[in-house]
Amino acid sequence: MDPVLLVASIMVSATPILLAAIGELVTEKSGVLNLGVEGMMITGAVMGFAIAVSTGSPLLGFLGAAVASAVLSLSFGLLTQYLLSNQVATGLGLTLVGLGLSALIGSNYEGQRAPNLPKLDIPVLSDIPVLGRMLFSHDFVVYLSLALVVAVWAFLKYTRAGLILRAVGEDHESAHALGYKVVRVRMAAIAFGGACAGLGGAYVSLVRVPQWTEGMTAGAGWIALAIVVFSSWRPLGVLVGAYLFGGVTVIQLNLQAAGTTVPVELLSMSPYLITILVLVVISARGAHGAPGSLGRPFHASS
Amino acid sequence: MADTLLSIRGLTKAYPGVVANDDVSFEIQKGEIHALLGENGAGKSTLVKMIFGLVKPDRGEMLLDGSAYTPGKPSDARRAGVAMVFQHFSLFEALDVAENVALGMENPPKPRDLARQIREVSETYGLPLDPSRTVGTLSAGERQRVEIIRCLLQHPRLLIMDEPTSVLTPQEVEILFETLAKLKAEGTSILYISHKLEEIRTLCDEATILRLGKNVGTCTPREVTARQMAEMMVGSSFATPEARSAEKGEVLLKCDALSMPAPGAFGTPLREVSLEVRAGEVLGIGGVAGNGQDELLMALSGERLAPKGAIWFKGEDISRAGPMARRDAGLLSGPEERLGHAAAPNMSLTENGVLTASRRKGLVSNGFIDWGKATGFAEEVIERFDVRTPGPGTAARALSGGNLQKYVVGREIQQDPDVFVVNQPTWGVDAAAAAAIRQALLDLAAKGAAIICISQDLDELMEISDRFGALNEGRLSPTRAVSELDIEKIGLMMGGAHDMEVAHVDG
Repeated sequence: MDPVLLVASIMVSATPILLAAIGELVTEKSGVLNLGVEGMMITGAVMGFAIAVSTGSPLLGFLGAAVASAVLSLSFGLLTQYLLSNQVATGLGLTLVGLGLSALIGSNYEGQRAPNLPKLDIPVLSDIPVLGRMLFSHDFVVYLSLALVVAVWAFLKYTRAGLILRAVGEDHESAHALGYKVVRVRMAAIAFGGACAGLGGAYVSLVRVPQWTEGMTAGAGWIALAIVVFSSWRPLGVLVGAYLFGGVTVIQLNLQAAGTTVPVELLSMSPYLITILVLVVISARGAHGAPGSLGRPFHASS
Repeated sequence: MADTLLSIRGLTKAYPGVVANDDVSFEIQKGEIHALLGENGAGKSTLVKMIFGLVKPDRGEMLLDGSAYTPGKPSDARRAGVAMVFQHFSLFEALDVAENVALGMENPPKPRDLARQIREVSETYGLPLDPSRTVGTLSAGERQRVEIIRCLLQHPRLLIMDEPTSVLTPQEVEILFETLAKLKAEGTSILYISHKLEEIRTLCDEATILRLGKNVGTCTPREVTARQMAEMMVGSSFATPEARSAEKGEVLLKCDALSMPAPGAFGTPLREVSLEVRAGEVLGIGGVAGNGQDELLMALSGERLAPKGAIWFKGEDISRAGPMARRDAGLLSGPEERLGHAAAPNMSLTENGVLTASRRKGLVSNGFIDWGKATGFAEEVIERFDVRTPGPGTAARALSGGNLQKYVVGREIQQDPDVFVVNQPTWGVDAAAAAAIRQALLDLAAKGAAIICISQDLDELMEISDRFGALNEGRLSPTRAVSELDIEKIGLMMGGAHDMEVAHVDG
């Protein structure tokens, strides 16, 4: 098998999960546990697909997907932050809503093909033999996802806004006592998480597959959630987790195509198993570092 | 008056069902340390929150330096030169000192400049602190320094301090008082909230006393006795615990070089803790918070099992016995954290009673709870310990801190333990209720029980203990009879100088 193609397809395969996970990381760092990633992804997938097909512009498709999923996530924010509903139950509900809604919207789009998203060859770098085609000849979303990881890492580590976000997630009572707007910070983080999940979903329907089928995200949102936890809430850990999952997915698909004797079922489950096993081993050694207020409802009393 | 910094006039704030502040007026002069006194629920916190912009008053006005002062949020207050050190520190354990300080500032400088400023201020005011340490690893005294430095970096005109000394060693209190005196000399006004009357008498220039939301009087603390102030606070006189007899019985509980690893990243390991306590005796264990108090309680209660041969109860090794077995045998305990550790916040008082008393009081038969008996037990505790609550069906979290404390301590005492281990029995409890709890502990000892009282309130330990030991970094000093001790020796024991030959300790 061509190693250039292999690495390139691993990057494509990892991108949706990376996008969803980095968004969820920011949400969880602000102290909110949004289990609706899968629902937001599939919503992004269908909305991105529908908009791209109608307008012929994949770019508008991605934009629309991000907006649609952010809006959906804000409904979760409204319920959990203002009406103080339970975050776990509401998040699960969000997933169910997203799956149902996307099936409804997507029924007219089955069997159609998405407009092609052009590759963005990076000048000079893409001309490097082998490496150029492997790493520097992708569409812009792949680069965007990697840039987002670095941006989120720097945002959380170096900026004041990032410090406030972490403080809100660490101890919302203290943050409130210091005069920070806990609910507003969390709503922003939830919307960011939603937009990222939407982008990830749109990447599945517009680039990876690229067409619409019901339930096509196939648990990617859940894997994104798991990756956030097992990476101990570190952006670079999320990157490792997502690429590991993407890598094993591509390799097992290739093995299936090559017709090995290993049962297909076992191969199909291997990405999930291996990713979780590796991340468990990593997180078993290091500090866990869950945000102190993660999943706890906040109400500014008195 | 030209020298008045903050003038409060007719401030009123009502919550549904309770008037927290009713027409409160007083004035704070420039360069004055002004005490705010009152029992729990007297309205001190609400008043301070209004000054700091966390709560808006219903009526009344405040004048800061002669002009109207209406802070809508804490940042307004900070901009006007009002800073506050909270009682429950508003710190983030997972962040470092510099990050915590930056979060409390309006316009923090660049991280490198900030670290330098923190070092400067900490040297100027004698508050040593390393800006890059994670707050979770700091002692309570050091955490308070973080809060104080955070305030000082903004050059406040008025510094509000809410119960600042409740977690400090005597030496740390001294350092704090020196810092406050220095600030006062520089013209900063300080609003000082405390339960500790002696401390107010040595430190403060003026005192305003609140009772049930009303200002019941102003006095100059140096000119009145602590008892007079206490009676103004409570509105009636209260009983101080009686002295107790001297005869002690056999050894009931004994720890033999008990060592245990730290329970978590922010915990403290226990290192060769040895102690024994006899029937009828109260052993007081002091120490600055975070030096192994929680861990010692967990080891004695059975929440964490100790290595074989470390803990002996009535001559039997109970090191590997769980909490249930220890309760059955007569070793009861009351942890420090009321909500979530001693009591389940959302469960009723009756249910919370069943949780620890089900077996000793026979509240369960054939696996079913006998609700009649359980309610009866809760009512007994409420009655005997004067818990102010609508009834035993009230959820634990709905009680004020002091009332819940009376209930959780009373719940154990009512079960007639042979040995009772309690951590911070009067934490955050007003003077009258604290006296009642201490009396109940002494009564229990007088009936022949052995008591281990872990506390950070030294006055309390001196009052009720027969012997005293101090925890420092998980080590217990040799215990000594309280009659041989003075406050300086105790401070040295708490600082870890067990042989007491060290002439002085460094800040």
